[in-house]
Amino acid sequence: MKEAKIKGRIWVLLGEDGSLLEDIDTDQIYHNAFLHITELKQMGQHALGNLRGWEDFPSKAQPGDILVAGRNFGAGSSRQQAVDCFIALGLAGIIAPSYSPIYFRNAINSGLPVLRCLELPELLAAGNLETGDLVEVHFTDGQGINVTKNVSFKLEPMSQVQLAIWQAGNLFAFGRK
Amino acid sequence: MGQTVIEKIIQSHSEEEVQPGKVVWVNLDLRTARDFGGPNVVVNYEREYDGEPVADASRTFFTFDLCTQGSLLRYADNQQVCRLFAQKHGIKVYDVDRGIGTHVLIEEGLARAGSTCVGTDSHMNLLGAIGCFGQGMGDVDITFAFRTGRTWFEVPATVRVRLEGEISQQASAKDLTLFLLKNLGTRELAEKAAEFYGPAVASLDLAGRITLCSMVTEMAGVIGFIPQASDAAKKEMEEYGREVWRPLMADPDAIYIQDLVLDVAGLPRLVALPPSPTNVRELSEVKGKPVHSGFIGSCTNGRTEDLKAAAAILEGRRIKKDVRLKIVPATRRVYEECLRNGIIETLFRSGAIVMNPGCGGCAEGHAGLTGRGEVQVSTGNRNFPGKQGKGEIILASPEVVAASCILGYLAGPEEL
Ligand code: SF4
Repeated sequence: MKEAKIKGRIWVLLGEDGSLLEDIDTDQIYHNAFLHITELKQMGQHALGNLRGWEDFPSKAQPGDILVAGRNFGAGSSRQQAVDCFIALGLAGIIAPSYSPIYFRNAINSGLPVLRCLELPELLAAGNLETGDLVEVHFTDGQGINVTKNVSFKLEPMSQVQLAIWQAGNLFAFGRK
Repeated sequence: MGQTVIEKIIQSHSEEEVQPGKVVWVNLDLRTARDFGGPNVVVNYEREYDGEPVADASRTFFTFDLCTQGSLLRYADNQQVCRLFAQKHGIKVYDVDRGIGTHVLIEEGLARAGSTCVGTDSHMNLLGAIGCFGQGMGDVDITFAFRTGRTWFEVPATVRVRLEGEISQQASAKDLTLFLLKNLGTRELAEKAAEFYGPAVASLDLAGRITLCSMVTEMAGVIGFIPQASDAAKKEMEEYGREVWRPLMADPDAIYIQDLVLDVAGLPRLVALPPSPTNVRELSEVKGKPVHSGFIGSCTNGRTEDLKAAAAILEGRRIKKDVRLKIVPATRRVYEECLRNGIIETLFRSGAIVMNPGCGGCAEGHAGLTGRGEVQVSTGNRNFPGKQGKGEIILASPEVVAASCILGYLAGPEEL
């Protein structure tokens, strides 16, 4: 069994005015011009390609990094590529106060850890979470630790199904069990 | 304990006890994939389940609606990938001639009140308009659903929205929907189901119910239901169904996470400016803004009643020189009905471009994109940056689109 946690460097999705970006839609995450691509490997280069100020994210992100975003992340279309592009880059997971329902389950099914953290806006406002910080998140009890700043915080623990799918790797592997 | 509409539908399709917040396994009556997402389903399926049959081919469909021209090689390729897969598995394809998948499912009597349906379309939940639990999902989910006929689902809590007051004559279903977007934003219904009540929704025809329920997606909701139904809606549904249509009612003692009450009396005409569908203004505030093109169609406003409303305004008039108005009926059936009723001719004579059925304006749809600097007033449901090319998209009712295209600037039919 994999240890139910992730640890990685975070990228906080801030806008040009320095505020946390909310309602980021799937066209901004993965533009519809690349929807014809069915090869996972080719999707990474388009991640956040239509989000102003973040177009160069694929060249900056390292495998194991964690994305931090505002509420209702992944609004809009049902495209799986908006999840797959992050998997292609090797991201360890996403933290946001909430997700669009479709995006949330797409990520779960593909084994990309998506975690809800309601206190995220306060953490950012207090300067307790910044791009580049090393953060650790435990899935079962929702414990979060900013290792860099030595601050702990709370996330929503994963549901049983989410955890089981993540343990298996993805929905297909889970279904075969 | 009493149940809400969504709880009832999920309960009747699950062996587990249903409760808001609980993740349960749900049996699916229908699963579909379209020309976007569909090819990914095929790739996934052949990788994961090569040689294994789909759970039930008679409940599995492809619906091609996004790029009905197949005008780009990559989409033509993708559609063909789906057709070949469908042949192999005995799956029916509603091909590029048929129109928007969700609407086809309604017209074919496949989606029914109380049933469950998933597809690779984020507006699948517009099936809430007929009391069906429709849900858009990604290609991994749909691949799994093709193979197993099941899906997992976190039962959402339900918000009860009561709309008080009679809706004014001039306000259309789209104005009502924009009013809800303005008041509910993307927060009130986020990750929840909604039930809408009150005379303003009970009186809607099927097209109006679809307009409202389709944009629950833009409110970040899971699905919206309208348990009360008008005679017009019942009559239209009975033409499509194999049985008497009755949308499900919630139990009187059902439990809601929230009760919202809004007053719709005196509702003015509304529009949504970029960058999002919740950026709603009164038309009177932004009237006069130059408009270069218009679009009437989409899963939100592509039905006969929508085209008819536009035709009533365009009748005997011409759209302004240098303005292009593109009209895309939702389905072939709508197209046929509009042909029969002279609506197509009226639209054609006004100078509009009437295209074959489908999604039209969305993605790289066949109605084309907008160029840099172009302002398009559209009956679609999304105006996110880049959604329909580089231009600015303003969401409005068919009436406002028609009037604006005649005048060349944002306006309601009162201005004519
Ligand atoms: S019309 Fe647009 S929003 Fe509606 S189903 Fe088609 S692509 Fe989606």
